[in-house]
Amino acid sequence: MIGSALAILAKDLRIETRTREGLTSIVVLGVLLVLVFSVAHDPTPSEAPRLAPAVIWVTFTFTGLLAIQRSFVVEREQDCLAALLVGPLDPAALYVGKLLGNVILLAAMQAMVLPLTALLLHVELAGALPGLIVVLLLGNLGFAALATLFGAVAVRVRAREVLLPVLLLPLLVPVLVGGVKATAAVLAGEGLAGATQAIGMLGAFDVIFTTAGVLLFEQVVRD
Amino acid sequence: MLDALLGWGSGAGMLVALWMIFMVAPTEAQMGNVQRIFYVHVPCAWAAFLGFFAVAGASAVFLWNGSRRADRLAQAWAEVGVLFCTLVLITGPIWARPIWGVWWTWDPRLTMTVILWAIYAGYLLLRAFGGPDEAVARWAAVLGIVGVLDVPVIHYAVRLLQGIHPAVITTREGGSGLVDPDMRHTLYVASIAMLLFAFWLVRLRVRLAEVEDGVVAARHALEASEGAAA
Repeated sequence: MIGSALAILAKDLRIETRTREGLTSIVVLGVLLVLVFSVAHDPTPSEAPRLAPAVIWVTFTFTGLLAIQRSFVVEREQDCLAALLVGPLDPAALYVGKLLGNVILLAAMQAMVLPLTALLLHVELAGALPGLIVVLLLGNLGFAALATLFGAVAVRVRAREVLLPVLLLPLLVPVLVGGVKATAAVLAGEGLAGATQAIGMLGAFDVIFTTAGVLLFEQVVRD
Repeated sequence: MLDALLGWGSGAGMLVALWMIFMVAPTEAQMGNVQRIFYVHVPCAWAAFLGFFAVAGASAVFLWNGSRRADRLAQAWAEVGVLFCTLVLITGPIWARPIWGVWWTWDPRLTMTVILWAIYAGYLLLRAFGGPDEAVARWAAVLGIVGVLDVPVIHYAVRLLQGIHPAVITTREGGSGLVDPDMRHTLYVASIAMLLFAFWLVRLRVRLAEVEDGVVAARHALEASEGAAA
């Protein structure tokens, strides 16, 4: 199970390092979203940091949706998904492999977009960075847990570009609320202790929906 | 028989509830007549939440044993749940405008309700885009279960925001609950009538789905026999 999950992860990372399509497209989209939010709001230097948590999370939500959609479009071309399932592979392992790949992809994108956001919105990152990394990883795992589950659904339905966000955005509200609250506390210099409720909720969300994904993924992909 | 009972029962219950709402329940001292919309608002909310939990229950049964009946029930309860949730979201602002001064506010309960509405509206959209496929039924079941798993987490998340929604039936000192017994009885009668109505709608919707399946089966049988004759 762990071996095959890692094999799937290695496959996805190899595709990514050879084509660099996924990361490039979401980094460009992330940068553009941050620019558009900053320009549209035109915040003064004093109010800009207050805006930062929401800008960060909305940006990551939309880039994440695109990234995870792409990771399944790749599987659908030439029926890769069907071929994977023909082999002696536990669907749960496929889910875990895809999930880890998506979390890594999102983290790589954030590592590039975050400094720009900090620069544009006058946020001091240096002291807040360790806490911020914890918050982002917790958020990424919860986000990817649901997005990986429903990405496999949406890729096989008509109008998938619309359907994935429509299904996911309401389900992801706790990640968005918790992420924004925890990010605001960390950026304000309160550290992780300043947002124990939000952090606890993100952790609970991760546990619940990673488990649900492992258990339910088979129902989504089996024919 | 059950259908007739539910249909007539809900009809009669609605009439009694209307009479109680306007003739029996006293006018609320501070809010005035606009408070009476509450006897529609709260029963609709209960029907909606019952519907969403019924979707999850029926979905779990369907994933477990593949029963077509459980799948039909899940879809029927999702449609009825979204219907009543829509009514909650319409009657709420009508009350909120004169009382709170705004149509909408990001109170935890309001936020929770509109998010649940969006989750199950997405469920119906998935059904609509997916079609009558067996796989789509499984996907919808997964969404139905995940949706309810999300309820406690969303509930907790929205509490991190500020709240002003009145607690309806509360024993706490200073809660804006229903003090008058006539008010409570009106709420109970209206709720029973509304729940009977919801069950009736679900029965009708399930029967419609059965008839649809029957038509499809009959068409397949006809095509098969024509193929055999040719």
